[in-house]
Amino acid sequence: MTDRQHNATHTYASRNVWTGFLFGVGFVAFIDEMVFHQLLHWHHFYDQSTTDVGLISDGFFHAFSWFATVGAFFLFADLRRRRAFWPLKTLGGTLLGAGAFQLYDGLIQHKVMRLHQIRYVPDVLPYDLVWNISAAVMIMAGLLLIKRTRVRHD
Amino acid sequence: MTNAVMSALIGAIGGLAILSYVIAATFSSRRYAKWPFYRKFFWAMGILCACFSVTGPLAEQAHMNFTAHMWAHLLLGMLAPLLMALAAPVTLVLRTLRVHQARRLTRVLRSHIVGVFTHPIVASLLNIGGLWVLYTTELYHYMQENMLAHVLVHLHVFIAGYLFTISFLYIDPTPHRYSYLYRAIIFIFALAGHGILSKFIYAHPPDGVPVDEAQSASKLMYYGGDAIDLVIIVLMCLHWYQSTRPQLAHYDGKDAAILKHQSSSFTSMSSGKGSLK
Repeated sequence: MTDRQHNATHTYASRNVWTGFLFGVGFVAFIDEMVFHQLLHWHHFYDQSTTDVGLISDGFFHAFSWFATVGAFFLFADLRRRRAFWPLKTLGGTLLGAGAFQLYDGLIQHKVMRLHQIRYVPDVLPYDLVWNISAAVMIMAGLLLIKRTRVRHD
Repeated sequence: MTNAVMSALIGAIGGLAILSYVIAATFSSRRYAKWPFYRKFFWAMGILCACFSVTGPLAEQAHMNFTAHMWAHLLLGMLAPLLMALAAPVTLVLRTLRVHQARRLTRVLRSHIVGVFTHPIVASLLNIGGLWVLYTTELYHYMQENMLAHVLVHLHVFIAGYLFTISFLYIDPTPHRYSYLYRAIIFIFALAGHGILSKFIYAHPPDGVPVDEAQSASKLMYYGGDAIDLVIIVLMCLHWYQSTRPQLAHYDGKDAAILKHQSSSFTSMSSGKGSLK
């Protein structure tokens, strides 16, 4: 890595995290829609027990993640042209964003706001556990990566 | 007014709109840079989308079937405005008019009132708020029985859709501008408002609409809206990406030459002669 590149990655260190974060949110939302709604048909478009605030929350998160997915690709291209792309840092942000969104979806939207369940089976608990624990693991891994790539001012 | 007369009238207006655009493009191309073909194509497709949403087989169906009605609204309120905005009609008019007339038009564009109606929040409220009023009040039912209300609602859907599109996408000269971040945040609110209404319709169909029609129309509104808004998001991000291009000094000679070429062709494409500084 040349000096100039080194400076650029440090100048845009936080942009690497943000790019990853937005990409992570968008990626999880995309998997949620593609795999769980469209391919598996586990999730339902509308569940009669959805609260009003659940409907509003879903609307905002859907809109935000839709924008985030596209925005992240352009931010990524921006980092590339500035020669400031820092793969590990971006990966940390991605895991953090993906985990945070999945945990919010799994705990608040599925359980509290009763948007829909992961799968309509008699015992949904195992699904909830896998869903939320994997989200927590992603958050921790993301935070760890971001910490490991912290910029040292010496 | 009978259906045949109505169809003929709409067809005549649509045909005239396409014809005058093509004539203006041809004439102004003799004096200025050649007007791109894709803009003419977008304009023609946009006009056709708008026409087929209010006349012809789909419009006939839309009277009886709520899903068909939603298809028509997707064409009239989202796709047609987007295609027409991408055709840069104001730029073309400015290129075609004589200088003193063009100046008068730019004064109008700069006026306070145009600024109000093309403000992202105002345009979003007119567009998404209008849809909330239409589908959650008696208006939808009333519109099916009253001819005047029917025409006015469709005019509103189209005009509000166009204002919405140009308040976020600056293709034509735009004197009243807002930052990318500001527009992105308002756009997320508008998109959320659209998505929430779609799902609301799923559970609460408008008066006189059967449940299964409401449910398929709801999904169409949700996913169809996402698809067209995706184009707006990509173009907004692309414009942001181009506008924050780092200084050319950061690049070696080859990159700089390419970028310079790209940026000049982009400027001439997007603003043409009528760039308002």
